[in-house]
Amino acid sequence: MSAESAPALLSVRDLRTWFFTDQGVAKAVDGVSFDVRAGETLGIVGESGCGKTVTSLSVLGLLPQPPARVMEGSSVRLRGEELIGSGERRMRALRGNEISMIFQEPMSSLNPVYKIGGQIAESLRLHRGMDRKAARAEAVRLLAEVGLSEPERRVDEYPHQLSGGMRQRVMIAMALSCEPSLLIADEPTTALDVTVQAQILELLAELRGKFGMAVLLITHDLGVVAEVCDRVVVMYAGQIVETGTVYDIFGEPAHPYTRGLLDSLPSVEDPGKRLDSIPGTVPNPIDWPTGCRFRARCPLATEGCELPQDLVELGEEGRTARCWRAPSLVATGAAT
Amino acid sequence: MTKYLARRLLGAIPLVIGIATIVFFAVNLAPGDPTLRFLAPGMNQEVIEQMRANFGLDQPMHIRYVKWLGAMLTGDFGYSFSHSRPVLAVLRDFVPNTLVLSAVALVVAFVLGVLLGTIQAVRQYSKVDSGLSVVLLFFYSMPSFWLALMLILTLSLFARNVWELPIWFPASGMVSTDYEFLSFGAQLRDRFMHLVLPTLSLALVLTAGIARYMRGSMLEVIRQDYIRTAHAKGLSERVVVFKHALRNALIPIITLVGLYIPVLFSGTVFIEYVFAWPGMGRTIYEAILTRDYPLVMAGSFFFAAMVVVANLIADVLYAIVDPRIRYE
Repeated sequence: MSAESAPALLSVRDLRTWFFTDQGVAKAVDGVSFDVRAGETLGIVGESGCGKTVTSLSVLGLLPQPPARVMEGSSVRLRGEELIGSGERRMRALRGNEISMIFQEPMSSLNPVYKIGGQIAESLRLHRGMDRKAARAEAVRLLAEVGLSEPERRVDEYPHQLSGGMRQRVMIAMALSCEPSLLIADEPTTALDVTVQAQILELLAELRGKFGMAVLLITHDLGVVAEVCDRVVVMYAGQIVETGTVYDIFGEPAHPYTRGLLDSLPSVEDPGKRLDSIPGTVPNPIDWPTGCRFRARCPLATEGCELPQDLVELGEEGRTARCWRAPSLVATGAAT
Repeated sequence: MTKYLARRLLGAIPLVIGIATIVFFAVNLAPGDPTLRFLAPGMNQEVIEQMRANFGLDQPMHIRYVKWLGAMLTGDFGYSFSHSRPVLAVLRDFVPNTLVLSAVALVVAFVLGVLLGTIQAVRQYSKVDSGLSVVLLFFYSMPSFWLALMLILTLSLFARNVWELPIWFPASGMVSTDYEFLSFGAQLRDRFMHLVLPTLSLALVLTAGIARYMRGSMLEVIRQDYIRTAHAKGLSERVVVFKHALRNALIPIITLVGLYIPVLFSGTVFIEYVFAWPGMGRTIYEAILTRDYPLVMAGSFFFAAMVVVANLIADVLYAIVDPRIRYE
């Protein structure tokens, strides 16, 4: 990958986050490595249960431990500083400051009993040491920045007085308050109406340019990925199955799983086409299949797929797929 | 907020009148006659009738009801048969003592219960959690009069005479016999020491109940998305729990406290008796035994009105804690 050539802001190596439950050990994230470069937008795509959210929460150290445990050998570095095992105090100084996060559910992600202004000001007072008055003024400015009308009045409103889209704007204002270098956005538009989704994505893209931060966008929505991401990581069953630029992934998907995902989208060229779906469901994380984890659902599965699969380099830098047949699939452009 | 409060207050008026009505008929329809207490052998029927007329008991019940209600609305609660003075004067002597005892017990139970429940929730499944669960269940299962007797036995009698501890708590009354000769500081201490055992007897059962609910409420709240948001801001565990989680977790507990007020008041009847606390609970108990109708009615009415007031306070607190209620 490109870790050596371009300086990575966030560097995740062999991240394994396992959940120790009564039913067994769920290997939700099982050896994930990727880089986020300063200023870029990296998308992590995958179905529910593929480990993408657990990956993002592991970066911030926000998972309850137990039952979760980040296993030995995992590494998460921010500008070279190791975060795993760096201690709660250090993590608290980074959270909401260097790395902030917005969540899927704007309806429930704001505290219902406090005014939104106060909730934004809280970060500023904590990380920037602002006094009450300065933090409030800054909160008003931020609310204007994220496109909330009448920020002077809104600042004293409670979350239940705002719509879902407005609440997500407030979440974004809160996340950006200390000008983080990395914003983790976990399904930021999933719970919103389609028109509001577009507005929020535009806002994120605009603010990314303005603040110069990197964005780690977690989503299952390939449309969102195509719109805002520079590079893409496709996850399946706790592992990365494909990486590449957004053009690689959409133009020339190398892994059969990525192809399946793309085929389940409606197409502009062929509007009458019936949508394909990937048969079966994501396997149980307590008992991942041996060999290729996608084998049971893969239309192209053959004998070689019973062996454990590594990420195969596909020529270009940062272009990999976890499928031994990927080089030939890409070369022949095999129809799916 | 003003509108919300006004609506609650208006709603309380018919409730209070309804309570007064029920109290009147419950007391007057009960068997027994207040004059029987004054009967002496050989007393003739005329004297008895005269006595009944003095008490106003010769008139039909519905007339007495209207008169009583009308008088009560002007603040006249009648004349106590057994204390031989106006009911209002009796109330004035005993009501403050009961209020002090119940208020202190309620505050102790609430603060302790909320704190213990929160600790349990934050340390779910730890030894602290299970240990507290056992202890609290023990107190929750105990009848408060028995608990009161055990407290007297241990913290008062044994502590003083058997274990000879430097600190023991008096087991009866509100003040010591030499109260008037004490300095001001010593008077305060004396009152505090007398308050400890009755307060504990009343509060421990409630504490256990509140802690139990608080634990559940807190466990639910700390799983919410906004708690994760608070963590993601970089706030410390303490701020997350005591600022972001606590206020949300308190919302159902406030309702619970409103519901516990009647339990608290009925508790005072026993506890005041056990500890010889000169309050309304003990007074009303004695008034019932002597069929002192005006005092029983006024006392019951007082307790019922206090429950209404307490629930009004709970409603207001509810609105203060939860902004979603305020704006409806």
